[in-house]
Amino acid sequence: MIINHPLLGPRDASEFTYLGDASLIDRPDWQSETAAQDFYEYQYLRDNPAGLHQELWFHESGDRSWLVVTRNTLTHEITDVQLARDVARARGRSK
Amino acid sequence: MRYSGLRVIKEALTGHKGWTPAWRDPDPQSQYDYVIIGGGGHGLATAYYLAKEFGQKKIAVLEKGWIGGGNVGRNTTIIRSNYLLDGNEPFYEFSLKLWEGLEQDFNYNAMVSQRGILNLIHTDAQRDAFIRRGNAMFLNGADAELLTTRQIKERYPFLNTNDARFPIKGGLAQHRGGTVRHDAVAWGYARGADSRGVDIIQNCEVTGFRRENGKVVGVETSRGYIGAGKVGCAVAGSSSRLMSKVDMRLPMESHVLQAFVSEGLKPVMPGVVTFGAGHFYCSQSDKGGLVFGGDIDGYNTYAQRGNLPVVEDVCEGGMAIFPAFGRARLLRMWGGVMDMSMDGSPIIDRTHIDGLYFNGGWCYGGFKATPASGFCFAHLLAKDTPHPTAKAYRFDRFEKGLMIDEKGMGAQPNLH
Repeated sequence: MIINHPLLGPRDASEFTYLGDASLIDRPDWQSETAAQDFYEYQYLRDNPAGLHQELWFHESGDRSWLVVTRNTLTHEITDVQLARDVARARGRSK
Repeated sequence: MRYSGLRVIKEALTGHKGWTPAWRDPDPQSQYDYVIIGGGGHGLATAYYLAKEFGQKKIAVLEKGWIGGGNVGRNTTIIRSNYLLDGNEPFYEFSLKLWEGLEQDFNYNAMVSQRGILNLIHTDAQRDAFIRRGNAMFLNGADAELLTTRQIKERYPFLNTNDARFPIKGGLAQHRGGTVRHDAVAWGYARGADSRGVDIIQNCEVTGFRRENGKVVGVETSRGYIGAGKVGCAVAGSSSRLMSKVDMRLPMESHVLQAFVSEGLKPVMPGVVTFGAGHFYCSQSDKGGLVFGGDIDGYNTYAQRGNLPVVEDVCEGGMAIFPAFGRARLLRMWGGVMDMSMDGSPIIDRTHIDGLYFNGGWCYGGFKATPASGFCFAHLLAKDTPHPTAKAYRFDRFEKGLMIDEKGMGAQPNLH
């Protein structure tokens, strides 16, 4: 697989390590009354879809940036790549 | 029809006209007591033991393609019970004992071959860990033996014990481990279940569940609605897809594991060798092909095929310890989709919905578990209580902090 890095251009996927579903960006509020249940779901449960999947890849052998890659789990086709930082900020995170 | 040597001779003398199909091809009935979704090894074994051991009637196995066309036909056929943790080892030892009597039990030649499995050791720390594991195996009635490098060399003279990065310092052997003819496991269970009245319905995809008053009462399928007293799901690889139809999110990701077969060679590998440090393991099939594999690719996929970097990594691991295999040509390679659970261990449990039961999360170790998985799932379905060896395989273990994490990797499925 080739991941089209937003800053570095097309890079081989073997330069990256894989973390998992991009929902891991959305860390629950630890002060919420439902925090225990929220963290259980955050940590352990996954949608695991067959089809388009947004996921976190880390450019370990490159610029060490985190990316959000949109990839089809049935075909391995990658349709979108963004810096995870930009995605997190767009969702209201400070960094 | 019972298979025997006498039967073969009789058929040979009468022109082989007496053989009948090994199982029927029935149309689905409108209502069953038990509907098992998934006609793979685990689903067929579940139906078999439900009928044979638990005396249940009116059972159907629904399979969207053909039976044995999923992971039971795509694995590397190894059986073993060399686990460490209390939640796992009794279950896998129960499975290995069932393997040992399986062919007589279901009257089918599954070519169970206890040729032994050997885990290689490279450091003192690893030897300590394997001694601990061997002791855990003893405590649960399994067999284990710590071998020296010289003993290993007697069995595998062509093994490179002087690799610069991973010199071989010994190994943990389980002599009762080995290999099985994988397709024959599916066929044997199918035939055994069918002969006890189980309907095996192929080309029948489950498209949804019907619920009344919060209880599952049947399944919608590509061949119409089928009512069920209890529904058991055994579709590892596609578990998340199936359970999403009742809005369940599972503690697992689907990953691809690749496997490889070389051209046929004269007998060269007497048993199974695993080189965990190099992500490589290998055995030789009875046809002569070297059967080998390594790690999962490491990203979510349902594609049943992997990518080339892992192919290279697996072959490098093989070349490090078996340099001679570099002369063999690769015949086939393929991928199977694994339910990779959050702690590397499976789930056999009721769901929160009445009448709906789940079996999955087998990671890349489901084949060896086939008999015990079927037996324990049948136990759960018939008695509504878990089998003693499978009582740790619960859904709520993640919520309660009772993970069964053999590798100690945490909630990161691609590292198990």
